[in-house]
This record gives sequence, C-alpha cells and structure tokens, in this order.
Amino acid sequence: MNTIALYDLAHARTGDKGNHANISLIAYKNEDYAWLVDQVTPERVAAHFGARRPSEVRRYLLPNIGAMNFVMHDVLDGGVNDSLNLDMHGKSLSFHLLTLTIQKP
Amino acid sequence: MQTLAVGCGAGFSGDRVDAAVPVVKTLIARGGPAALMFENLAERTLAQQHLIRRANPSLGYEPLLELELSPILADCLKHNIPIIGNFGAANPQGAALCIVQLAEKLGLPKPRIAVVTGDDLSNQEGRTLVKQHLNNAFDERRFVCANAYLGAFEIAQALRQGAQIVVTGRVADPSLLLGPAIAHYQWSASDWDQLAGATMAGHLLECGAQVSGGYFADPGKKEVPGLDNVGFPIAEIFEDGSCVITKADHTGGLVDCRTVKEQLLYEVHDPAAYITPDVVADITQAKVEQLGPDCVRLSGVKGHARTDTLKVLAYFDGGWLGEGEISYAGPNAEARARLSMEVMQKRMGRYMHLRFDLIGLTSILGDDGGSMLNNTPVTHSRDVRLRVAAKHESLASIELLLQELTALWTGGPAGGGGVRVSKRQRLSNLACLIPRKKIPTIIHFI
Repeated sequence: MNTIALYDLAHARTGDKGNHANISLIAYKNEDYAWLVDQVTPERVAAHFGARRPSEVRRYLLPNIGAMNFVMHDVLDGGVNDSLNLDMHGKSLSFHLLTLTIQKP
Repeated sequence: MQTLAVGCGAGFSGDRVDAAVPVVKTLIARGGPAALMFENLAERTLAQQHLIRRANPSLGYEPLLELELSPILADCLKHNIPIIGNFGAANPQGAALCIVQLAEKLGLPKPRIAVVTGDDLSNQEGRTLVKQHLNNAFDERRFVCANAYLGAFEIAQALRQGAQIVVTGRVADPSLLLGPAIAHYQWSASDWDQLAGATMAGHLLECGAQVSGGYFADPGKKEVPGLDNVGFPIAEIFEDGSCVITKADHTGGLVDCRTVKEQLLYEVHDPAAYITPDVVADITQAKVEQLGPDCVRLSGVKGHARTDTLKVLAYFDGGWLGEGEISYAGPNAEARARLSMEVMQKRMGRYMHLRFDLIGLTSILGDDGGSMLNNTPVTHSRDVRLRVAAKHESLASIELLLQELTALWTGGPAGGGGVRVSKRQRLSNLACLIPRKKIPTIIHFI
C-alpha cells in the first residue's frame, strides 16, 4: 500500500463561527509537515467535504507549530442556529478530515 | 514584578460546577497575584437568556451562577482572587444581586461587585443603531436582542477600582483574562504585542478543559489520563504577554503541545488576524514549547492595532424546530427504518423539508439536503435509529410533524421502538460591525 490516512500522521480539531467551520490539522511529527502541506491542498479538502458543498476552502499555514488551518465556508447548513444536523456545530468534521488518504513519499 | 496567574472556572454555560474548586486551591497554594475567570456565554446562550428575562425580569443571567460560585466565593474573597465572569448574560445587574444574596447566605461580608454594561443594544436606541447597520435585513417584528462584544479595558478599570467580582454581559471571551492582565501590568491600549499575547492566553482558557485534555482524548491514539476528573487550566501571564499554560493540581487531564496547538487554532480563521475588541493578534510566528509535565509555554504572538469597530450580533425569532427518532433492531432493521422514512416523506414532505438521518449508518456527517444519505448504500444494519428533523414558521405545523412521528409507534413498520420527539424555538442571527465610539461602556459598583 502506498497510501496512508491522515489519521496516522496528524490530529485535528473543529471550531465553528456562523456558517463556517475551521479545522486545524496538526502534524504529530515536524518532519511530516512539508509532505502534508504538499498533499493536503484546499482543493483536496473541498472535494473530501463535497457533500457539504463548501463555497470556498481556504488554507492557512503555520509552519512554526507544524499546523494548517482549513477554513470551510458555508458548510454548516446555516450554522448552529439554523442547521437541522444533530451536530449543528460540525464538531465531528475533524475526524472526517482525518480519513483523507495521501500518497506516502 | 510578580507574575499573574489566571485560572478558568468554566468554559460555557452548563460546564461542571465543581471544576473551579481545584483551580482556586492551586492558585492559593501558588501564592502571588491571581484571578479567576468564568466564560459562560456561547453565541446562542445570550439570546436564550434575553427570552428568559422577558418572561421574568429578575432572571436572564447564568442559571448555574449560584452553583458555580458557592464552592469558591469564600476562598476567592479571603485570598484576594478577583472573579471575572460574563455570567451576567442578559441581566448583569440581576447576576450581581444574586451574588450579593449568595454572599449573605454564606455569611460573608458584602463583596465589592462591579457591573460592566453597554453591550446590550436591545432597547429602542440600540435597536435603531443596529438597524442602521443591518439595513433591510433587520426584521423589526422578529427582533429578539442585539449585543456588542465589549473588550478588556473596562474590566481592568473595574479591577483597579477595587472590584472583587466583575460581572459582564457580552464581552469577547479572551478579554475575561486580558482584563486582569491589563490591570496587573498596567498595559496601555497600544501595547499591542502584550495585549495580543495575553489575548491568546485568554483564548486558550476560554473553553475551560479544552486546553487541558478535554475535547482531545482518542483511545489508543491520544491518551488523556484521568479524563473523569479533568483539571481546568491556569495561565501564568508574563509582563511581555507570553504565557505558560498549566492546570489545577491533583486533577486528571493533560496539557501538552498537542492540546495547546489544537486549542490555539480553535475557532480561528486567519491566524495572522485574530480580531478582538482589544487588539488584532497574529499567531503565525507563535512558538509552543513543553517546559515540563502539564506545562506549556506560548510565546511569539504579535499584535496589531485594534479595529475602530465592535462586532454586534443581533438575534431574531426563527420559527420552530421539531425532531423525533424511532429505533429498529434485528433482521432487516435498516429496511424497516428506511420504510419509516418513506412514510414520513409521503405524509409530511409536502408541507416542509425533512432532514433524515439513519443513526448507526450515516447521521452527523450528512447535510440537510440529504445528498450523503441518498448516496449511502443499503448495508443491512441490524440496529438503526431513524431521526427526522424539520423547521417551520408555525408551531402548529411542527406539532403536526411530531404527532406524525409519534404515530409511527402503531402505524409504521414492524418493531419500531423508543420514539422521542421534541421541539424548540429557533433563533437566527445577523452580525455587523458598529463604530466603537457609538457604543459607550458603563461601569458601576453595587
């Protein structure tokens, strides 16, 4: 197998603001960071969350702490006040991000 | 100068009311200047408290206030640990009176309580101001409340004037920590790096246990010892604005680089511009270092000049939400749950959009439109719970939905059990930015 799930390389946490979710993705090991940045692009993350129809996925890099921050716009069906989802904050989305698989280097 | 320590006693409305006890004990054992913050206001909590206050003008503040302060009030007053909390919610004056009564009940001398107000823009004057900024989106008939996010300087001023307890309504969460830090180090409104550093310390503490092992454990992957007794965090704030995050002594939980990094980015969008009423913080050059067990340093946070505006959230009546669930188990359970779904769609689908979830198969990852569920193949699961949810302007329509869900007991597929239905009022919100000079803040003592 030449692929590996993000779950084995990084941890993540979701936060919400209005109809937008942010998911931090933090490498367990600093040496994996550059490789994660190459492969976990905003486009791949947008496709991975296709069912939520993000209007935009923006990625911010924090190399100092080996982290990326993905801000996904309009993925919460209106957000905590409007959504019919049981998880109206989208808190569980971080673990969905960790199911994304990437190529081993 | 002695270093200031700030502990966190709550991270939301409904947090554990015994959490502050070990925090206060640790602050006392440490000695030196200290403060205790309570963060009790999520976005929605405040609007709910406005509705409660409408029904009973003496309420509208944090419902757990007495329970959360009773175990620590005497110790905090005795050891000069000021308490800062946004537990005032929609009625800061009411919260202050509640604390006065609590102190009396506990046989304590009347504490010096400062009440910070000005955030509430729900009166006619405030409403007019908010309306100007929301234009046509402002619906007068549905208006519930509007509150501005106030900052830390009024909290600091109250503390400098000798407040033992500072009660606020809506303030930016990190300002609850920044306030005592400003008061202690005498920072000015343009000490941007210091303000930004302490703002991020406040950001790390504002969700209580989320930086000290809560919202983190993943068995086999990210272990957290003693999660059942997770300790709440304490930040030591230094004069340059950097901080060290620790937690209450003799508790479970974990503070390490991973927990701190996760919480540092929690609810952050652009890490170069984390905007609060006090400062614009930039964490792109921040450093996170483990100094010892449950001891992590955050440094390198940069600050930029604060904006001229304050964020205001206005809430409007958003109709009703109704939801219900029914379970199926054993052979062909999933097919029966799916048939139940069809029945609901045929009977109610023409009146309102229904969201369906098959709990155990696909639920929270799906979207309200149902595209994920529609693409989920039949799995022959033997333990499935159907959930149906909808929103509607009219309470009568939502009650009809709940009746239909309840009727699945006898009129739905075989073996359906455990019907639960519930409804609640919805609140929708709109945000705007209003020049801060138009929103005066008032401090008064009681």
